[in-house]
Amino acid sequence: MTQALPHDLGPAAAEPIRAERGESLLRRRLSAYFDTPLAFVGAGLLVLLLVVAIAAPWIAPQNPYDLAQLDIMDGRLAPGEKAAAGFTYYLGTDEQGRDMLSAILYGLRISLFVGVVSTLFACTIGASIGVAAAYAGGKVESFVMRVVDLQLSFPAILIALVLLAVWGRGIDKVIIALVIVQWAYYARTVRGSALVERGREYIEAARCLALPRSRIVFRHLLPNCLPPLIVVATVQVAHAIALEATLSFLGVGVPVTEPSLGLLIKNGYDYLLSGKYWISTYPGVALVIAIVAINLVGDRLRDVLNPRLSR
Amino acid sequence: MSPVLEVRDLAVSFGTREGAVRAVDGVSLTVKRGEVLGLVGESGSGKSVTGLSIMGLIDAPGRITAGSIKFEGRELVGLPEKELRTLRGRRIAMIFQDPMTTLNPVLRVDTQMIEAIRAHEAVSEKAARDRAARALARVGIPSPEERLQSYPHQFSGGMRQRVAIAIALLHGPALLVADEPTTALDVTIQAQILAEVQQLCAETGTALVWVTHDLAVVAGLADRIAVMYAGRIVEDGPVDGVLDSPRHPYTAGLIGSVPSRNRRGSPLAQIPGMTPSLANLPPGCAFAPRCPRADAACRIEAPPLLAETGGRAFRCIHPLTAEGVAA
Amino acid sequence: MLVYFIRRLGQAALVVAVMGAIVFVSIYMVGNPVDVLANPNADAKEMAEIAGRLGLDKPLHEQFALFVWNALHGDLGRSFVFNEPALKLIIQRMPATLELAFAALIVSVLIGIPLGMLAGLWPHSVWGRGIMTGSILGFSLPNFWIGLMLILLFAVQLRWLPSGGRGETVTVLGVPVSFLTVDGLRHLVLPAFTLALYKAALVIRLARAGTREAMLQDYVRFARAKGLSPSRIILVHVLKNIMIPITTVLGLEFGGMIAFAVVTETVFAYPGMGKLLIDSIGRLDRPIIVAYLMMVVVVFVVINFVVDLIYAALDPRVRLSEQGS
Repeated sequence: MTQALPHDLGPAAAEPIRAERGESLLRRRLSAYFDTPLAFVGAGLLVLLLVVAIAAPWIAPQNPYDLAQLDIMDGRLAPGEKAAAGFTYYLGTDEQGRDMLSAILYGLRISLFVGVVSTLFACTIGASIGVAAAYAGGKVESFVMRVVDLQLSFPAILIALVLLAVWGRGIDKVIIALVIVQWAYYARTVRGSALVERGREYIEAARCLALPRSRIVFRHLLPNCLPPLIVVATVQVAHAIALEATLSFLGVGVPVTEPSLGLLIKNGYDYLLSGKYWISTYPGVALVIAIVAINLVGDRLRDVLNPRLSR
Repeated sequence: MSPVLEVRDLAVSFGTREGAVRAVDGVSLTVKRGEVLGLVGESGSGKSVTGLSIMGLIDAPGRITAGSIKFEGRELVGLPEKELRTLRGRRIAMIFQDPMTTLNPVLRVDTQMIEAIRAHEAVSEKAARDRAARALARVGIPSPEERLQSYPHQFSGGMRQRVAIAIALLHGPALLVADEPTTALDVTIQAQILAEVQQLCAETGTALVWVTHDLAVVAGLADRIAVMYAGRIVEDGPVDGVLDSPRHPYTAGLIGSVPSRNRRGSPLAQIPGMTPSLANLPPGCAFAPRCPRADAACRIEAPPLLAETGGRAFRCIHPLTAEGVAA
Repeated sequence: MLVYFIRRLGQAALVVAVMGAIVFVSIYMVGNPVDVLANPNADAKEMAEIAGRLGLDKPLHEQFALFVWNALHGDLGRSFVFNEPALKLIIQRMPATLELAFAALIVSVLIGIPLGMLAGLWPHSVWGRGIMTGSILGFSLPNFWIGLMLILLFAVQLRWLPSGGRGETVTVLGVPVSFLTVDGLRHLVLPAFTLALYKAALVIRLARAGTREAMLQDYVRFARAKGLSPSRIILVHVLKNIMIPITTVLGLEFGGMIAFAVVTETVFAYPGMGKLLIDSIGRLDRPIIVAYLMMVVVVFVVINFVVDLIYAALDPRVRLSEQGS
């Protein structure tokens, strides 16, 4: 699932980004981004989902985890049916009489949180290791890349599954597992572009100025490796969300008290065969919309940020 | 005798983001049976595109926009792909520049030869194989039966080009278009291949269009020369006449930049400036910005093709005379 | 060639050894299976008895030494739950998983190559774009949910196909297989298709990129100049060239398919190794988890070997340079 690296993404930055040009460059790229309607739809959907997820406690019709609000008599109602209290369940209810719409809003919140936070950590850690390895070169680099290759040769799902099987459930544990399985992608991506950048004159110049190594690596080298990293990270958020959903579906992900979309789908799985499709289907639709929106944005970013393609 | 190939006012455009670019603009050529035409020009002059047009191998975004290509009296422009295909490889053949890439690396040589035979003739696998072996022998490849079983990478560059030539001549075509087939080879191999192609074509009466940037190659090979610059033919005529007394300053420049024993010690002449981009050609004569003889008149209107006695023609309003070369 | 072979074998053994150590330590260091296995009312004495019987009272390094010794004799421990050799349980389930993975592999090639070549030949057409969009979806949509939706559509709504299980099997050479019976095939369709989707998306991309590249090559132009038909050029000249990277990648990804079958088998209640793994994780049945992981490591290493061989068989350039050395 998470093995998808954009294959056509090479070391991209042909022009070093300088700090003073940063703003105009950003603006130029932003306006380029919105050139296609699909990218516009993707960005719009993504913003909508983020707002809805953050605002879930205020806009959800009920708090799905406040047992006092649930009525077991409303269990497994089909979409559109009304509660005993006159309240309409637009997306139906689960076996405990929980409003699916509310559960999905809360679940989306957890799914997006896990996806974004794990990606941020994995990206920071992986990029730092990758750029440092590329700058150091020699044995350090080849050792780090060996580890990266070895890890990437095993499916992410399997590594995460084993880690969580050992640690047990928990949002924090899921995030750590996702960071562990994902850092290697970023390390490899950044190293690829850092290798190209390392040979350029501005690094040579920084070296001649006898700047401290850490400053060269993190202030000069890393910023110029950012464009491909941003693309990979964007798409990787979607993969992190899908992976978390898969793990939760397998029963090793988030705890039952804090169900993500994946866990909601798992809960509905038992009722699927009896035709109560909505408990599994609607959380899945929310998941798919989130993933597609992120991919649309990532796809467009790849075109905009890759100077090789924008020729 | 009617010509094998008659190209009239051919124009080929390539659609790009900046608009259509005319890679070939008003090219006319005539090739008689068994004749060798040297089509000379720098890269980007449109000589390869002209060769591909004759084969009907111009792909999108390229398009033949005007003109006619008559082959053995038959109009090729607008001919359905299916009918073009029956001509390709049978009546008109082509060989390409880089012998390392023209043969499919993952197919054995026999596969690539037999398919070429059976694409046009319903013969048995066995008969086709025998013919392939004979064709290899004819281009000077030793123990052809064994070599048929080889993959292309087991041949040297020169040998591969020989295989390509053998394939091209399998059906004894009336015309062979050779797109710089010796450029990628060593000089000694180059000479061998040149001689062999010349001989093979002479044997079968195959006419030859030899596309090259190298005047020296053409000098010993061709009967006629057509010099292309920026998509147009700027000079056309029998090889001796053109080389001895070029009319167009560009041709003269090309000749001057070929190293020669007679002029040892004196600096090589160079054509100043760069080949113009086809996307924004200057008005008037495309060569004017680089031409020592150009004046204001050259920059107003593109000069027409002026015919001369002796089957010569050129596109210049200030042509050189016979003494002009020495100057 | 022999030196190369032996060195590769050494590397492979090293990988297995290192992964074995990592797997063992990470699985055995955490959690106490006695808590799961013992009667909740059991007292400390009973707990110690169970631990002693399972060898859990010894220090970790002794447990590891014992594990390595036994592993070298083909003994990866006994399942706490089934009280049977873990390896035997895994191997019993293996044919089902391999069958599923192979079926998925075939499906992904049958879907991926034609679609990818179409998209490569006409990259800017509606079809080309549609196929690429589909492949992005195949890559990024959660596979288990697609499986669920297929169950909902084909098993629950249309009632064309069974929703889970393996169906009727016949024994061939002592191995139960289901692809030889109609019922078995019907059970195989949905899981194989689901498992194939992700790889099909990958194959589409590879085939598309390969076709686009090949169509620009001189050998295609030369083939056209020979007067070959488009079908011959595409089905022989182009296909043969793109099969090289596709075979390599698919081979390397076969291990990933076996691993990912964990998800598919869970969705379709398909009795393979993956389902056993998930069940064992739930029961903290460590020997089975370890045995499964060791099995996967070995499968990965073997696959790398086999892929090298197939690669050499497909690409004459590799084959000959290997012979030369």
